[in-house]
Amino acid sequence: MITIEHLTKAYGGQLAVADVSFSCPPGTVTGFLGPNGAGKSTTMRALVGLAEPTSGTATVGGRRYRDLPNAGRSVGVLLDAGAQHGGRTGREVLTLASRVLGVDRRRVDEALERVGLAGRPAGKRVGQYSLGMRQRLGLATALLGDPQVLVLDEPANGLDPEGIFWMRGLLRDFADRGGTVLLSSHLLHEVEAVADQLVVISGGRIVAQGSKSELLAGTGGTLVRGPDRALLAKALEVAGIGVSAGPDDALVADAEALAVGQAVAAAGVVLTELRAAGGAGLEDLFRSLTGSSHEVQEVQA
Amino acid sequence: MSTATLTPDRPRTLADHPAPSLLQLVRVELRKSYDTRAGRWLLIVIGLAVLAVVALSLFVEDAPKTFADHFGFTQLPISILLPVLGILLVTSEWSQRTAMTTFTLVPRRSRVLVAKVLAATVLAVLGVAVAALAAVVATGLTPVFSDSERDWGISAALVGQVLVVQVVTVLAGVAFGMLLLSSPLAIVLYFVLPTVFTILVSLVAALDWVRDWLDLSTTSMPLFEDGLDAQGWLQFGTSAALWVLLPMVLGWLRILRTEVA
Repeated sequence: MITIEHLTKAYGGQLAVADVSFSCPPGTVTGFLGPNGAGKSTTMRALVGLAEPTSGTATVGGRRYRDLPNAGRSVGVLLDAGAQHGGRTGREVLTLASRVLGVDRRRVDEALERVGLAGRPAGKRVGQYSLGMRQRLGLATALLGDPQVLVLDEPANGLDPEGIFWMRGLLRDFADRGGTVLLSSHLLHEVEAVADQLVVISGGRIVAQGSKSELLAGTGGTLVRGPDRALLAKALEVAGIGVSAGPDDALVADAEALAVGQAVAAAGVVLTELRAAGGAGLEDLFRSLTGSSHEVQEVQA
Repeated sequence: MSTATLTPDRPRTLADHPAPSLLQLVRVELRKSYDTRAGRWLLIVIGLAVLAVVALSLFVEDAPKTFADHFGFTQLPISILLPVLGILLVTSEWSQRTAMTTFTLVPRRSRVLVAKVLAATVLAVLGVAVAALAAVVATGLTPVFSDSERDWGISAALVGQVLVVQVVTVLAGVAFGMLLLSSPLAIVLYFVLPTVFTILVSLVAALDWVRDWLDLSTTSMPLFEDGLDAQGWLQFGTSAALWVLLPMVLGWLRILRTEVA
């Protein structure tokens, strides 16, 4: 549904985005990952027509965003939750959007309800909102036109853990009903729980993309733990499986869980844990690909 | 077409919804002018200023007291303050960064700008109407507060001229807003620049022709009096081109090209 082909954006001589290509099929959530300043926002702004690409194209459903007759009814966009008039109430912000979209006034109340801003918060001025509430209001604006596509830039910023969990459920549900979601984050753990596929960008270039399992398969390995770490390591070495130190007292074996289990069973060693190295592996991948673990860890102000 | 594209619950094309009509967009822009505290207060202040002018013209004994006179006086606060609303109509989108939402909902930016220009025009016409209403009240009360009789005479030409002047004045505000995209900068320059220009071209005798043809405050003055001739219109037109059309065209191009972030 979203197709970005050879997108390049230069400011002066500086390349912000260089030859970026990826697509987001319907029914999926795509996590767009990269450190701050990697080119995520520039790519998304070019996608929704707020920035003109230097070369390359970005389309939604085969059409340029600017050619969509009523863009908000097709694509829900939240690029910056702070970009709202502080003097308007939450309800007024949605009312204005509903007039442009041409949707029923009742949708405003439904949207407020859906993002948890119904009641008193709806009547408060946005200037008094916390960042989390602004994110919710931005999400409500994006959902107001009942779109088939969502484009969200760092929507988890400012949300508390409960809010992030809520948003994951909302996006998962949206995709499961056939919708297309593109969401960016500079924090891996925010998107890995909900994303079907990942696109990792660094320094304006795509450095990895694929389904989560594909990206994991290459580097993840299998985490094993047992009461006797040395014995465990030896059993794996005997079976010809490479071993590295895992978190705490665990080991990460360079093989599938089945092969690890067989090797350990053959040696008669006791196991207490055996699973795909999972998130940690993806985290390492993310860090190695983006090449700057500090930036990745940094929380945006 | 592959089989995947036929899966019913995963649509690959977008449903076509009609684009918002210009009327819809104009109404939204009008709503934006009064749905914030700043906008509402500005409207209230304009209303109070009109009432103050009415009171003043009633109690000042030498002031002429016909309906046409009251109508002219009450335009004054409108012509000074309403352009600020025109400026804010554009610049608040940037200072409050709502341009991001506005232009993602309506990616064809010219449509939004046309709606803003039309909304500003409506505000100017409403302003003239409010001033006219105040003038009606003032004329009605004239015999109560003075020795003058009620005199309702006014020509259609004068009403038309005043309408034109007020619309152009508010659009000048919109144009400055479009060009500068910053509320404080646009408001300050809107008031300072034409004033400095007026002083400059009035002081230097050699610049008389500039004053007569390019100074909007000089050329708009005759429009508040009955019977403007063709040359008057021409002079008003050339100065309006400099102070309204030029900044609006430049600002329009700037907004179409600028990246919204």
